Amino acid sequence: MSSYLYYPGCSMEGSGRSYRESLESVLEPLGIALEEIDDWNCCGATEYVSLSTTPAYAMIARNLAIAAGEKKNGESLVAACSACYLNLAKADHYMAEQPALNARVNDALGAGGLHYDPGTLRVRHLLEVILTDVGLDKVRAAVKKPLTGLKVAPYLGCMVPRPDVDGAYADHDQPKSLDMLLKALGAEVVDYPLRTECCGGHMNQIAPKVGLELVRRLVSEAERLEAVMMVTVCPMCQINIDAYQGEMNGMFHTKHKMPIVFFTQLMGLAFGVEPKKLGIGREYTNASKVLAKTLKAAPELALAAAGAAPAHRPRPDKRALPMPRMADSEVEE
Amino acid sequence: MVVAQISPPEVTDAGARFLAEVTSKTAGISRLEMCIQCGSCGGSCPSASAMDHTPRAIFALIRAGKRDEVLHSNTPWMCLSCYHCVVRCPQEIEITDVMYAIKTIAEKEHAFPSSVGPDFGGVFIGQAKRFGRSWDLGLTARHYLRHFPLRLPGMTPMAFGLFRHGRIGLLPTRIRQRKQLHAILKRADELERAR
Repeated sequence: MSSYLYYPGCSMEGSGRSYRESLESVLEPLGIALEEIDDWNCCGATEYVSLSTTPAYAMIARNLAIAAGEKKNGESLVAACSACYLNLAKADHYMAEQPALNARVNDALGAGGLHYDPGTLRVRHLLEVILTDVGLDKVRAAVKKPLTGLKVAPYLGCMVPRPDVDGAYADHDQPKSLDMLLKALGAEVVDYPLRTECCGGHMNQIAPKVGLELVRRLVSEAERLEAVMMVTVCPMCQINIDAYQGEMNGMFHTKHKMPIVFFTQLMGLAFGVEPKKLGIGREYTNASKVLAKTLKAAPELALAAAGAAPAHRPRPDKRALPMPRMADSEVEE
Repeated sequence: MVVAQISPPEVTDAGARFLAEVTSKTAGISRLEMCIQCGSCGGSCPSASAMDHTPRAIFALIRAGKRDEVLHSNTPWMCLSCYHCVVRCPQEIEITDVMYAIKTIAEKEHAFPSSVGPDFGGVFIGQAKRFGRSWDLGLTARHYLRHFPLRLPGMTPMAFGLFRHGRIGLLPTRIRQRKQLHAILKRADELERAR
């Protein structure tokens, strides 16, 4: 069992609680352990860096310094929230790139008896750890109840594939990392072109017309592709799509009801964990109904998904324009 | 024979000075001076239509030394931090961080087009500094009462829903070593002011 240092971030304790709950229940089947760093603080989201540079990076680096002090084996610091992941990764990256910033941040950290040398840790996002270190084969092996027939839109969001300070993503617009994981769980993954488009971030709070339009685009496209739910890797994306959907419907006179869940929740369901332990039911736009409806029909279809190819090719939609389609094998790996 | 003297770029030039200021305030290496005005940034920006100037125009204004116009533009405040422009920029300019840098200058001089964005950030960070953690309920209550009181009736069912589902805590969570955090931030503030 490999063990990683873990930075949860504020959302995981509050609005993204179901992310934490579901993550905790999938660790064992995945064969990984997360060690939460002691007394971590808020990463400042995108707010502090817009307010004052040195304090913002000092606040982020306090977490890096604590984590580096707790480093035993391995160097990975894992974050599940996309914004926290990016802040930690950027602080490490910029401190290495800009000696002046490094000096100022370490001077400030010194006032609290801390120090951090950039490069000591490798900051990574949970999804990347699961795909690279655990691997899809192990994920497939852990699946007990494949999510057959569950048509989902993979919504990766911005801050994992971009700006990509480590150069881990070859494709910044349409990466298939989340697609691959969801397919390994047996779900039917629609080719969602908005997979890395923005959820609006804090714009729903400061300029609702701008933010809610982005929510509308994401939700209506998922609905057009007949996905029954969206799947995310980020607590910010989750709350923007989930909780602001009502206000968005009011603004655009629409009646969308698109649930959005965390990828760890679907992993848990596929691994046979009880839905309640996964925090399913905490979402504002209810996902339980559609999950119950789809997964009840699943057992008979499960065998087909495990190995055999479908008996016949699905008929193309007659109304659709003749678009080139990506072969499934190409998307798979 | 008279040899024409080519003088080095004027450092007293307003454009060069403002470019240097923004560059020095950017956390990483901005590469802002490399901008070729291609407009890939504005073309990939999901909120460009709500901006006073596209990012490309902002960079042109910076070079032209139009400091007031840049600081009073809503452009950096409309930036979503989605990084579409950053990965598409052929000159690898750290556009998002440049937007942050413009905001830090505007904040310092209270030279922003609207107080909604700065207030939201201010309240968020005030609480995060005090407690060591962000506090959703305190932040949203204060922010909506001040800037969007008319949105509150519509928001109430959502707040209750989130509360019922255990997703909003009534009280803030605090870290143990708040004194240490405050000492770090105090020193960081001094260093930032001295720049």
